[in-house]
Amino acid sequence: MRLMAENLSAHRGEDLIFSNISFNLRRGEALVLTGRNGSGKSTLLRVVAGLIRPAAGQVEWRGADGQKGVNAAEACHYLGHRNAMKPELTVAENLAFWRDFLRDMEGGSGVTIGEAAEMVELGAILHLPFGYLSAGQQRRMAFAKLLVAYRPVWILDEPTAALDTSAEALFARLIRAHLHAGGIVLAATHQPLDFVASQRLEMKGFQYADMEEGI
Amino acid sequence: MTALLLRDLKLSIRAGGGALIGVLFFMTVVAVIPFGVGPDLNLLSRIGPAIVWIGALLAALLGLDRLFQTEREDGSLDLLLMQEHPLVLVVLVKCLAHWLANVLPLVIASPLLGLFMNMDEVAIGAVMLTLLVGSPALTFIGAVGAAVAVTLPRGGLLVSILVLPLCVPVLIFGVSASYAAVEDPAPFLPPFLILTAITMFFAVLGPVGAALALRNAGD
Repeated sequence: MRLMAENLSAHRGEDLIFSNISFNLRRGEALVLTGRNGSGKSTLLRVVAGLIRPAAGQVEWRGADGQKGVNAAEACHYLGHRNAMKPELTVAENLAFWRDFLRDMEGGSGVTIGEAAEMVELGAILHLPFGYLSAGQQRRMAFAKLLVAYRPVWILDEPTAALDTSAEALFARLIRAHLHAGGIVLAATHQPLDFVASQRLEMKGFQYADMEEGI
Repeated sequence: MTALLLRDLKLSIRAGGGALIGVLFFMTVVAVIPFGVGPDLNLLSRIGPAIVWIGALLAALLGLDRLFQTEREDGSLDLLLMQEHPLVLVVLVKCLAHWLANVLPLVIASPLLGLFMNMDEVAIGAVMLTLLVGSPALTFIGAVGAAVAVTLPRGGLLVSILVLPLCVPVLIFGVSASYAAVEDPAPFLPPFLILTAITMFFAVLGPVGAALALRNAGD
């Protein structure tokens, strides 16, 4: 399994946000994006997720057999700033919808809704409407969405916003477990998260510095 | 896809879904007409089919702007866009759910409102049938408007104005088919078949247009 990006550039309006970014992620590797606000971290993640068309370059996904198959976006889970859950529905209904709609990708399977809620340590509140939860609980449940349907690549945009330190540790643990199982993680974050990032990319507005592999 | 249909139906009947708002608006529009034009029963029964159709048209456009906007606000639209399901199919299913939850109640309420307008049974039946056949076209046309205006924070009225010209043919053939059922010389079938054709035409073109607009609305 490989996720490759070649010479990605993106514009927003007339302004160039970043250019010539390349990376190559294999099984169990993680790429952490850092940089100040507005440096283009979210834009890069949205480009990889196929939500913004890059001005140049391409993102490519190769499956387990090394063949080009599906679009890169289809192999990805995307956890953005917004949680993509409906406040009117209960947590269980939200998770069940995403499980049925996303479906497992080839090569793995998601856990059940109950297990996913237990994994984010909120097993007791599945019956509540999502809108009743606190911001931190909502974020954790949004993360549980990544567990109910299997995707090899997780794209996480500020996953730990609105979380306390114990939840940060919990997320880091889940990310480590995903990497250990052969998954790939792309994360943009300000808080240092406790997992081993094999590659780091510091976004510096228009200019960027690709730092050494391995920390 | 069934999951998406069921979720949208559930959302529309939960608090804030607004499935009944359209019906209430429809009833309000039609109920005030007799007070406005006066208690002339002949006049009312003559203009009845047109009034019921206009009321249904306006009520059907009422909730359309929220079709994709709620999805965008909570980030669900991003995930819908990323999937392998063809986006056209996703839009089609969302349109179906919207029609079932918001427009079908209007069709069901129309016989009652026909009584308000002193319409006879044939006219009521004809209006209900033409609404049933013609109203999906309104949803499909409206979906394009909703997709184009998805990034605009106050796109509600804009959507209605954008799609209104395209809805006019639906209104014309719907009303003329209803009149043809009650007035003898005019044939019922030709306008009714054209109405059916319009619905089928927009069932294809609407989702394609909306999917194209959503893909390019990226931000």
